[in-house]
Amino acid sequence: MSERPSRSRHLLPPRAADRLATFATWLVALGGTSVFVWLLTDIAGRGIERFSPGFLVESPLDAGRSGGIGPILLSTGLIVGVALAVAAPIGLGTSVFLAEFVPKGSRSESLIGCSLDVLAGIPSIVFGLFGNAFFCVYLGLGFSILSGGLTLACMVLPILIRTVEAGLRSVPGHYRLSAAALGLSQTSSLIHLLLPAAAPSLIAGLMLGVGRAMAETAALIFTSGYVDRAPGSILDSGRSLSVHVYDLSMNVAGGDSTAAASALVLVGVLLVFNYLARSLVTFWQNSKIMSA
Amino acid sequence: LSPFPTDARVAWLLRLAAFSTFAVIVLILGFLVRESWPALSRVAPGRFLSDPSWHPTEGLYNLGPMLAGTLLTSAGALALAVPLGVASALFGRYYAPSGVARLHASLIELLAGIPSVVFGFWGLTTLAPLVNQWHPPGTSLFTGILILALMILPTVALTMSGTLAAVPAAYEHGAAALGLSRWTTIRGIVLPSVRTGLATSVMLAAGRAAGETMAVLMVCGNVVRMPTGLFDPVRTLTANIALEMAYALGNHRAVLFVSGLVLMVLVLALVGAVEFTTGGRRHV
Repeated sequence: MSERPSRSRHLLPPRAADRLATFATWLVALGGTSVFVWLLTDIAGRGIERFSPGFLVESPLDAGRSGGIGPILLSTGLIVGVALAVAAPIGLGTSVFLAEFVPKGSRSESLIGCSLDVLAGIPSIVFGLFGNAFFCVYLGLGFSILSGGLTLACMVLPILIRTVEAGLRSVPGHYRLSAAALGLSQTSSLIHLLLPAAAPSLIAGLMLGVGRAMAETAALIFTSGYVDRAPGSILDSGRSLSVHVYDLSMNVAGGDSTAAASALVLVGVLLVFNYLARSLVTFWQNSKIMSA
Repeated sequence: LSPFPTDARVAWLLRLAAFSTFAVIVLILGFLVRESWPALSRVAPGRFLSDPSWHPTEGLYNLGPMLAGTLLTSAGALALAVPLGVASALFGRYYAPSGVARLHASLIELLAGIPSVVFGFWGLTTLAPLVNQWHPPGTSLFTGILILALMILPTVALTMSGTLAAVPAAYEHGAAALGLSRWTTIRGIVLPSVRTGLATSVMLAAGRAAGETMAVLMVCGNVVRMPTGLFDPVRTLTANIALEMAYALGNHRAVLFVSGLVLMVLVLALVGAVEFTTGGRRHV
C-alpha cells in the first residue's frame, strides 16, 4: 500500500500527474457531453423534417411510412395509465409502510427493500416473458393494453416507492410528535399532515414512473402487442410509441424518418417529465432545508 | 400500538401492499420456472452448451453463442464505461467549477432517462453506418459495446458521485493539511476509501448491461455464431428472446424461458453480491 505512491512518483513527477489527471477528467466530461448532444441533435434534426402538428393526431399509413402517430399516442397513454393506476396505490401503501410503520433495519423492512432492489434489477425482457406467461396466457388477457399496463406496473414499483419513501422520511420528526401530542390517530396524521408535507415527492415519484413506463419497449412487445390501430378498449392490443420506433427502424424499410420523428416525440415527452420530477425534488429539498 | 382501531386496519392494508411487492418477485420466479420446466425436465442441462447448434425447431438448443454474446458485450461495455464513469464522477466532485458541475450532473441525469430503443435507433442509423465505413459490417459486437457503454455510463457516474459525496470531509482536510496535490489525494486517499462503492457500482452496471435488450438487438447484427473478432455480429440472450418469442412454441418457447431464468438468476446473484459487500446498508 505505502509503496504505491512512491512508485508512481518515479513514473511521473507529481505536478505532471496532477495536470494529466485534470486534463483527462475534463476530456472525459466534455467527450461524454458532446456524444450526448450529438445523439439529441441528430434525432431532433432528422425527426423535425417529418414532424408537423398533424403528425400527432393522424393515423399511421403504409405500415407507418407515412401518416402520423395518433392511435399510438392513445395506446401509449392507456398503457401508462393502467400501469400507474395499479402501481400508485400499491406503491403509496408500501412507501408509507416502509417509512412510517416499520423500524429501519427490521426484518420486514429489509425483506421488502431487498425485493425492491431485485425488482429494479430484473431485465425488462424478463418482465416481458413473465407478463406474457402470466397476464396474457395464464389470466387469459391476451395481447392487450391491460396486460402491458399490468406488466409495467410491476416494473415501475421500485422507483415509485423509493421516491415517495425518501420524501416521507425527510418530513421532520417533530411533525409526528406534535400530531401524537394533539391526540391525532396515526391515520389522520398521515392523511392530514405527513402525506401533504411529502406531496411533491409523491408527484415526482409518479412522474418518474411515467418516464420509466414510457421508455419501456422490451416488456411490451409480447404483452401489449404490435397492432397500430386505435384501441377500442383496454382489452385490445395497442402499440406503444417505443415499440413503434423499434418496429419502424427494424422491420419497415423506409420507415427511418417516421421512426426519427416518433423518437423525437418520445424523447421530448420524457425529458419534460424527468426534468419536472427532478426540479420538484430539488425545489422541495431546498425549501425543507430553509424551513428547518 | 395505537389506541385507534382505524390505525390497526390501515396498518394491515399497508402491510398487504408492502408484501405484494415481495409476492411479485415470487410470482415472476414461479412463472419463469413453470414455463421453462418442459425444457428443464426433458433437455439435459449440459445440452444448452454442448448441442451442435441453435436450431430450436429441430431440437438443437446450443445457447453458447448467445451466452458469449451477452458476456462479451457486457464485459466490453464495462471496460469502457467504468473508467469513463468514474472519471466523470471525479470531474463533477473535484475538478469542475460548481456551475459546470451542476450542468454536467443534470446532463448525465437526462442521459439516464433516454429510452434504450432511442439509443438503439441512433446506433442503427448513425453509429453503425460510421463503423461500417471503417470496418464492415456496421452492426457488430463493437457497435454493441459502444452503445451499451454509452447507456451504462450514467449508471456508473451517478452511483459513483453518490459514493464520492459520502467520503468524510476529514479525509480531504487531512490531505490538504499534508500539502498533497489533488490527484495524489484522489489516488492515494479517495479512491481506496470508495472501493466498496465502486464494486457496487460496477455490479449494478453489469446487471443493466447484461439485461439490456432493445439497443443490443438493434445494433449487434443478431447472427447466431460464436464471434471470432471484435467486428463480428453477435446475438445476445436478451435479443434472442425478443427475436424468437413471437413464433416460439413448445420446447422452443420453454428454452427461451430458460434463458430468461438464467438472466434472472444472474441479476439475483448481482443484487445478492451488492447486499453482501455493503453489509445490508443500502442507500435509499
